[in-house]
Amino acid sequence: MKQSQQSNDPLAAPPGMISVTVDGRTVLVPRTMPDWQGRQVPTTMLQACELAGVTVPHYCYHPKLPVAGNCRMCLVEYGVPALGPDRKPMRQPDGSLVIKKSPRPAIACATPVSPGMEIYTSTPTVKLMRQSVLEFLLINHPLDCPICDQAGECKLQEYSVEYGRASSRFVETKVHKNKQVDLGPRIMLDQERCILCSRCIRFTRDVVGDDALGIVNRGSYSAIAAYPGTTFDNNYTLNTADICPVGALTSKDFRFQMRVWFLKETMSLCASCGTGCNIVIGSRENRIYRFTPRQNDAVNSCWMCDYGRLNYRWIERADRLTNPGGTKLTKPDWEDAINGIAAGLKQTIPGHIAIVASARLTNEELYLVRRLAQFLGAPTDCAPRSGPADNLLLCADRNPNTKGAQLLGIAASLPGANLPVFARLIRNGTIRSLLVFGEDVTRHGIAPEDLARLDFLVASDIHSNGTTMISHYFLPGCAHVEKRGSFTNVHGRIQKFEKAVDPPGLARPELYWLSELVCRVTGQSVGRTVESVFEAMRAEVPAFRNIAWADLEDHGVATSV
Amino acid sequence: MSWAVPKEVEEKVDALVRRYPKPRSAVVMVLHALQEHFGCISPEAIEWTARKLGLRPINVLELVTFYPMFRREPFGKFHLRICRTLSCALAGSHQLHRHICEKLGLDPAKPGPQTSTDGLFTVEFVECLASCGTAPVIMCNETQHEQMTIEQVDKLLDQCRCKCGTGREGNLAAEHGFEP
Ligand code: SF4
Ligand code: SF4
Ligand code: FES
Ligand code: FES
Repeated sequence: MKQSQQSNDPLAAPPGMISVTVDGRTVLVPRTMPDWQGRQVPTTMLQACELAGVTVPHYCYHPKLPVAGNCRMCLVEYGVPALGPDRKPMRQPDGSLVIKKSPRPAIACATPVSPGMEIYTSTPTVKLMRQSVLEFLLINHPLDCPICDQAGECKLQEYSVEYGRASSRFVETKVHKNKQVDLGPRIMLDQERCILCSRCIRFTRDVVGDDALGIVNRGSYSAIAAYPGTTFDNNYTLNTADICPVGALTSKDFRFQMRVWFLKETMSLCASCGTGCNIVIGSRENRIYRFTPRQNDAVNSCWMCDYGRLNYRWIERADRLTNPGGTKLTKPDWEDAINGIAAGLKQTIPGHIAIVASARLTNEELYLVRRLAQFLGAPTDCAPRSGPADNLLLCADRNPNTKGAQLLGIAASLPGANLPVFARLIRNGTIRSLLVFGEDVTRHGIAPEDLARLDFLVASDIHSNGTTMISHYFLPGCAHVEKRGSFTNVHGRIQKFEKAVDPPGLARPELYWLSELVCRVTGQSVGRTVESVFEAMRAEVPAFRNIAWADLEDHGVATSV
Repeated sequence: MSWAVPKEVEEKVDALVRRYPKPRSAVVMVLHALQEHFGCISPEAIEWTARKLGLRPINVLELVTFYPMFRREPFGKFHLRICRTLSCALAGSHQLHRHICEKLGLDPAKPGPQTSTDGLFTVEFVECLASCGTAPVIMCNETQHEQMTIEQVDKLLDQCRCKCGTGREGNLAAEHGFEP
């Protein structure tokens, strides 16, 4: 009897767990959970509600920022087990706990749960509190949703619909503030839309370490500001536009460009450095409008850098290669190009051919290059690309897949170390054929005069470049946003990305024509889909052995090596 | 002339900072010390304070703009604080405030302290001055004036002007019965 009563007893949770009741449903939650920095701290009501599948509306709370508890949107009612005169929990005749409801509500984001606690999130009082908080927030709000970039992904809109009043009772004059504060080179602030949640302040202070923003003035005149004469300019400022729950902070790059509900969202990666931040691409009618970070706690948390975020305009540049070409191709036709290249490659002699492949190509594409290189007896390398790193995400390696190129044996152990050797061997006539995939080797130490000595030069790239211009055959490739595939980031995490837009003209994903070339030259087919090439790669390359394409899911998998 | 904190003021600030476990905790006291010396908190004072306490200027600006007792500009010779809170409001302090503003050429609807163009008066509409029983209340510098009326306000303004020898035309002493 006692035994069975204990097993249902909220006070007898397994070690490390706490039993709480959310809107009548009892759930076991861990006693502690990670805070914004991943340190274990007592589980909050808001986290417990989330585990129970109950959403508590909130503005200032963000799982990756220190808790501020200032917006009061998350107010809930709660009760705790009542204690008898013996300081022991009192029980009803049926053995259940007597719950003493707190006379005051509590903010769910900052209140830890305790054993046996009951949380009520849908009482009339809670509803009224939410309605009142919203009413206060809207007092001086300009309600310019029709011209606001946040419309469609605005928490003020969403919560007003869900929890707010239908009409305003405010007949007084609204306080007006500055609607166009040029906070920094990439961020514009509308002080009237701000609800003063302080997320932006905490982000730049606590995550980036640049304490650049603050709240000036008082009461309804309070406003976000940078110190006069300074600008909000670090490599992460655009994240504040993402986490701003309203349309106060907007990206100068994206504002007034497109209504967010028209955007198609594609799961992708940033390809601007070796970190491989997970992103969502927003596109419409084959045009890219924005990159936004996608949460992956193993890589980029909820953030991405401004440099990577804005590095997409080149995709639309006018000098894109849109058809196969070259001095030996009479008409811009894929069939002719592949035939010509395959025929040329069949005549090459091992030891007299080399391959340079970009570390911007996917694992699958680099695997196909590896197949070619092995068959042709060609040494390979990549072109290194680097820039200053910072202490948050940006990595000195500005190629997205150097690690993959190394694991696949394409890159020299010091990427680029073979390039001067290739240059020398071309000059002394040893190397007679060169394949360049996705790079301009004239910018990496192999001079156009040297390239002119080759019997056979094949190149591919996205834009026309010094190498494609003088090659016998060139092929138009794709930006990563125009294809599917996977990259291996600097820490050895394999992550996949999906296609957002179509390539221009006759440009085709490298995988498409590399698999064709492999088939023609080696006589062996590895299929023409990303999945089939990945399978073949897995069977052959140890670093990928235990990983199936399907395992990559949304967040990727770490390689064992 | 370049802005500088005199040695004795800096020594005072250093002594204040030592009273707190963390330098940043001293920020309000440091600002008071600077305001006492300079008469107001200039951008230079904000930046100096930030450097002194290892803060960013925005952290100091937040405080300076939050607390009404910090002045961002020099105040007039006479600081008139008119109570706007309930008892005084009921007793007509809002009309007094409007009257004073209009007389001095200031905008009664504008928030925050305002100084008349002659630099004599700074008018501030403040919260309860803790003398609700004698509403409406106005403080002129550190002197409290109780149960004020429009007439008394006019007299007060004239008295102030008189003290500075910038009196308006006419015989103030005879009109109001006081010694210039
Ligand atoms: S600008 Fe946005 S993020 Fe910053 S305090 Fe205002 S509402 Fe919050
Ligand atoms: S840190 Fe690297 S991967 Fe991340 S957004 Fe910046 S450039 Fe892209
Ligand atoms: S989310 Fe809890 S107070 Fe803002
Ligand atoms: S209300 Fe004016 S002094 Fe208190």
